[in-house]
Amino acid sequence: MLDAINSSLFTPIGEDGLIGIYLILNGLKVTLIVTLFAMILGAMLGVATTLMKMSSRWYLRWPANLYVGVIRGTPVVVQLVILYFIVLATWDVDKVSAAIIAFGLNSGAYISEIIRAGIQAVDKGQTEAARSLGLSQAVTMKEVILPQAIKNILPALGNEFIVLLKETAVIGFIGGVDLMRSGEIIRSRTFEDSVPLFTCALIYLALTYSFTFMLSKFEKRLKQSD
Amino acid sequence: MIKISNLHKYFGDNQVLKGIDESIARGEVVSVIGPSGSGKSTFLRCINLLEQPTQGEIVIDGQSITAPDACIDKLRQKVGMVFQNFNLFPHKTVQQNITLAPVKLGLMTQAEADTEAKRLLEQVGLSDKASAYPASLSGGQKQRVAIARALAMKPELMLFDEPTSALDPEMVGDVLDVMKQLAQAGMTMVIVTHEMGFAKDVSDRVIFMDGGYVVESNVPALLFGQPQEPRTQAFLSKVLR
Repeated sequence: MLDAINSSLFTPIGEDGLIGIYLILNGLKVTLIVTLFAMILGAMLGVATTLMKMSSRWYLRWPANLYVGVIRGTPVVVQLVILYFIVLATWDVDKVSAAIIAFGLNSGAYISEIIRAGIQAVDKGQTEAARSLGLSQAVTMKEVILPQAIKNILPALGNEFIVLLKETAVIGFIGGVDLMRSGEIIRSRTFEDSVPLFTCALIYLALTYSFTFMLSKFEKRLKQSD
Repeated sequence: MIKISNLHKYFGDNQVLKGIDESIARGEVVSVIGPSGSGKSTFLRCINLLEQPTQGEIVIDGQSITAPDACIDKLRQKVGMVFQNFNLFPHKTVQQNITLAPVKLGLMTQAEADTEAKRLLEQVGLSDKASAYPASLSGGQKQRVAIARALAMKPELMLFDEPTSALDPEMVGDVLDVMKQLAQAGMTMVIVTHEMGFAKDVSDRVIFMDGGYVVESNVPALLFGQPQEPRTQAFLSKVLR
């Protein structure tokens, strides 16, 4: 066991002198960068898409619905591969940026659904009360609905972040070296399966677990003001 | 002040209002009674266009509010509404609930609105609750705040949609007292209610609705004392024991 750990993580695993644990740490860095920036891009796209979906103009609603429908109806790995090898093929985009764009586009669709659900979960009576006072649709949204919707939205956004973090494990399909791909490289060079794969799994678990923990603390604080 | 003619409302295929003609004079207090599903709440909600009438015309102060170019937000500033479920804004304090609309609509500065809120809270007997959040109030207190919130817009007409139906029995009196004061102060009011005693005491006129029609309309003494229509008699014999 210790031998396996030592040979796959802490000694050079090829003629280029690559050491497993450095590969893993670099892969982890890529995973975190892609997740973080994809989440930021996704949040912006999500807000824009929600606004378009709630618009009364069909030419805004229609593309937004198409976008959400296509993204939700196809696997993220297919989207990633199409984006990198076809859509962005003519541009000189590096793999990490391509992954950020692909996962950002993907989570934007889900985030727009999260925001929409959060807004719709606010009691209809709130809108009626605000409108009956003479407030416009826009002021009602900003002053009455959104401040309440945010409490529904933030916890679900945290969940989306966890999902996204795990989904980035398919970056290897376009040749990007993320955490998962690092494990695979070690595995193919050392013919040692358990150590690299469990190392990857444990790191993912540690990340999602600690994030879930922070999230539940945060949710408790949100509830306090009720 | 309000003239309603030939008001029809469909929800899908379901016809809830089947042609209502009513007029309500300035300062008049009108109670609307009737069994569940008779269309009385829908009727009330049509008056400030929370429900869009399918057919018919509503004229308030000489302005048709059902015209396609009617400015609904302006109309609603003149028509206050109190809901069965209060619908206070839970993320705002009592005072903020009251001042939000007049300030956002540019009718008062925040300072003016705060003074007005203080006065209104005194009027509804809740001076000590200005900085409380709605979650900490009882149902009766919430409803009185909701009334104060509607009054802050200085409406010419107040609509009440079963304002005491969601309250514990011991809370009902406080809310009815506030409404009684308002009526005595000359406010024009339309009240959908199940409180027959209140309707009798406070209203200038009572409307009995059933099946999407106004079946009977009269001064309370006569409507309750000598109902003319069989359906009114049947309803009253069930609710007045």
